[in-house]
Amino acid sequence: MPQSAEKVLDHAPLFREPEYSKMLAEKKLNFECPHPDQIVTDQREYTKTWEYRDKNLAREALVVNPAKACQPLGAVFAAAGFERTMSFVHGSQGCVAYYRSHLSRHFKEPSSAVSSSMTEDAAVFGGLKNMVDGLANTYALYDPKMIAVSTTCMAEVIGDDLHGFIENAKNEGSVPADFDVPFAHTPAFVGSHVDGYDVMVKGVLEHFWKGQERKETAGTINIIPGFDGFCVGNNRELKRLLDLMGVSYTFIQDASDQFDTPSDGMYRMYDGGTMLKDVKAALHAEATLSLQHYNTRKTLEYCNEVGQATASFHYPLGVQATDEFLMKVSEISGKDIPTAIGMERGRLVDAMADSQAWLHGKKYAIYGDPDFVYAVARFVMETGGEPIHCLATNGTPAWEAEMKELLQSSPFGKDGQVWAGKDLWAMRSLLFTEPVDLLIGNSYGKYLERDTDTPLIRLMFPIFDRHHHHRFPLMGYQGGLRVLTTILDKIFDKLDRETIKVGVTDYSYDLTR
Amino acid sequence: MSLDYENDGALHEELIKQVLSQYPDKAAKRRKKHLSVATNGHEADEDGEALSECSVKSNIKSIPGVMTIRGCAYAGSKGVVWGPIKDMVHISHGPVGCGQYSWSQRRNYYVGTTGIDSFVTLQFTSDFQEKDIVFGGDKKLEKVIDEIEELFPLNNGISVQSECPIGLIGDDIEAVSRKKAKENEKTIVPVRCEGFRGVSQSLGHHIANDSIRDWVFDKTEVEFEAGRYDVNVIGDYNIGGDAWATRILLEEVGLRVVGNWSGDATLAEVERAPKAKLNLIHCYRSMNYICRHMEEKYGIPWMEYNFFGPSQIEASLRKIAKHFGPTIEDRTEAVIAKYRPLVDAVVDKYWPRLEGKTVMLYVGGLRPRHVITAYEDLGMVIVGTGYEFAHNDDYQRTGHYVKNGTLIYDDVTGYELEKFIEGVRPDLVGSGIKEKYPVQKMGIPFRQMHSWDYSGPYHGYDGFAIFARDMDLAINNPVWDLYDAPWKKKALPPMAVAAE
Repeated sequence: MPQSAEKVLDHAPLFREPEYSKMLAEKKLNFECPHPDQIVTDQREYTKTWEYRDKNLAREALVVNPAKACQPLGAVFAAAGFERTMSFVHGSQGCVAYYRSHLSRHFKEPSSAVSSSMTEDAAVFGGLKNMVDGLANTYALYDPKMIAVSTTCMAEVIGDDLHGFIENAKNEGSVPADFDVPFAHTPAFVGSHVDGYDVMVKGVLEHFWKGQERKETAGTINIIPGFDGFCVGNNRELKRLLDLMGVSYTFIQDASDQFDTPSDGMYRMYDGGTMLKDVKAALHAEATLSLQHYNTRKTLEYCNEVGQATASFHYPLGVQATDEFLMKVSEISGKDIPTAIGMERGRLVDAMADSQAWLHGKKYAIYGDPDFVYAVARFVMETGGEPIHCLATNGTPAWEAEMKELLQSSPFGKDGQVWAGKDLWAMRSLLFTEPVDLLIGNSYGKYLERDTDTPLIRLMFPIFDRHHHHRFPLMGYQGGLRVLTTILDKIFDKLDRETIKVGVTDYSYDLTR
Repeated sequence: MSLDYENDGALHEELIKQVLSQYPDKAAKRRKKHLSVATNGHEADEDGEALSECSVKSNIKSIPGVMTIRGCAYAGSKGVVWGPIKDMVHISHGPVGCGQYSWSQRRNYYVGTTGIDSFVTLQFTSDFQEKDIVFGGDKKLEKVIDEIEELFPLNNGISVQSECPIGLIGDDIEAVSRKKAKENEKTIVPVRCEGFRGVSQSLGHHIANDSIRDWVFDKTEVEFEAGRYDVNVIGDYNIGGDAWATRILLEEVGLRVVGNWSGDATLAEVERAPKAKLNLIHCYRSMNYICRHMEEKYGIPWMEYNFFGPSQIEASLRKIAKHFGPTIEDRTEAVIAKYRPLVDAVVDKYWPRLEGKTVMLYVGGLRPRHVITAYEDLGMVIVGTGYEFAHNDDYQRTGHYVKNGTLIYDDVTGYELEKFIEGVRPDLVGSGIKEKYPVQKMGIPFRQMHSWDYSGPYHGYDGFAIFARDMDLAINNPVWDLYDAPWKKKALPPMAVAAE
């Protein structure tokens, strides 16, 4: 009997015990009707070939292990970045359970959102009644300051009109007439979560800015961070830098406190977020900066329309990307970059110099959201690394062009390939046929690590199987230091593992590296 | 073993009154029917013990805007019933999200070479774009199936799990499935589990069961010589290895598990099921439909059992053995005796650390009742329980388990659950990922009872030891004593007990 009270074995060791190994082997043999082992091995080997890769990359309809989610997830994340705001997703209710779970699994935090719980009858007659009742219930139960409405694909397919429905609900007294109910249509069959983020933020800005007169306050800046699983660490780090510079700024959408509430005996359904009065006042800012271009294309267009200067970045991470961001802020605000920040920059460069021997020439595969991939590829090249595969399932042709330009700008990018619209099953073929030293992505990459033996570094949403990484920044010079250290740890841990065999390889098991 | 206790019904009545007072009238009226306090009923069970009554309305539409915890029919079909069948490819047919959020989240363990002959932890989707909505997705589905055949040739079948748009745009996935099944000589199962159907996951289970009946049974010649002790385990999804910790016991008592539905299952195990002698059903809610069908059509009896905690395991093993007669009964007694020292050691170790601790549950399927006795085996007390997607027959069955005064909540809303937990302040809450963090913020220990909080198995004797350890480590961790800053007045009494 493998189990004991003294030393309780859970699944990992328990099922390796002989009783279970035997049981599972017999189950397979007697009841599963499996393919013969040789056929399985042959197919497995075949999937490693160039021939399989060609077929794999030629897929036109099937998507396997995509690195993207759907629009409403982005909208729910966006809404979480505003003061006492409840997400209200109009459509089927199961979707909302999924968004909440997905966000909670990454942040290890509560994630609140409600659904209008539309069912078959609503599919036939439309979801107006659900909206009317739903807004009233949400308002009564959850005491929000704002309800941000987005949609599931069900409501989009039947063509429910959010604007009209919300007006109707207000007329019926679901919420007070002057209560803030911004909205965004977020069909899941268009774009990805980064677009859902974009239209929700735009919806909020339009709600507060439309019809208002803009009186520019020179030198003030709005910052839109984009969909970012590391918002907790990143937003706080950027605010620290901006405060050091003495810049007058407003974060538009800031979920850093919402997804990092303390444990002190009180559950805070809402915490932090951009104050609604600040969103209103943000109309008068001189400029709006986006930290993630592909998350804010429509929003920035709107900011432009109202008369603001705009600029966008690709997830300012690493030396030059942070330089550019700070210089832009300095240019608009008229504030100098203080010595303290210059020192931080120097420390990051110092660290990179200390470790350059371990990083030079390392080959990388990078996947994730478009701006993140761009940022990491750029930083990797600053360390002397070579991005070989850059993949974004939600990457557009414009992103592909920008990526290629980036890779061409450095000798370290000369072998880099850009894979827009491809998924992680495609990445599997890429890693088998053109292997790399390190894979940078999120938790889903662990299956690639298992299959191709490429060490995985988790730096992007979602990270389910490691805890608390998102509480530390990736952006700015401090963030760069963290990314650098994470990469180095992976390299050193691997080297140690490979040289740990007593009397066989441990001559290289060096104390100092 | 059954603990004798009664819960504070008056407090629970008061809490129900309080939460209802916060709703708009219309919603309060509807929610009222889902909340109750269990009372001593007049009915008695087979041993003459009085049963509790916990009659609430169930399996009706959730109210908009209240933060229901429920999922959808797709979750019930792809996520629960079909997803774990390992040698088939399950296509999340429609936009990318549904498949993405449910990808690898249910911890249905299996043995196989993923991506080659097993596909459980892969996310296959037709990734609908606007043009597919406008022009229909049937052509795309055909192509998806062709590409699966080319790239994953060792799959033994395909299921098409419909997401919301499929049913709304009038696609004919049945025709595509029929055509492609013929072309490829493979099982292809269209499942109409669009998320807007029904009121919860539950209809998805039913639809998935029906699709097995209509598209798998009797479609291929099954060469199998049935033995007299052949059983199917139905409704065990092998979460964290549950079905394996179950199987080892059933085999030890002399039964042959010829099919496990659907954790770690192959299509062959599903096809073969009608040849077995008895269906043993664990998750009644999600798979009773197919058991009833097999009973009607193939004359296979079915029996519910409960493998959580030693009291129920013993009772269930004896009940199962009785069906097969003296040979199995004798072996069963030997197996029970064999595991007795383990049970005693586990109870001796954890009882003093857990005795009298109160627990509130809110889960799906079978667990809101099935795990109750496992807690009681450790001296713990269940003060409240409820289901996400139960039907009336589940609440009837719950009467066998709960004590007088237990708080009962059906399709609880986020608001209600928070207020109930605040009001009751149990020592432990067992629910899902969406509930975990709010509860822990309040300083109340929590275990996820869908995914076993990344632990498990919890079934069987081997699982009970893990269950006991997990409840102990949740409740007796020192972190709960650190919530109050020392410069503030202490609100919570110290709770921690060091691990042994």
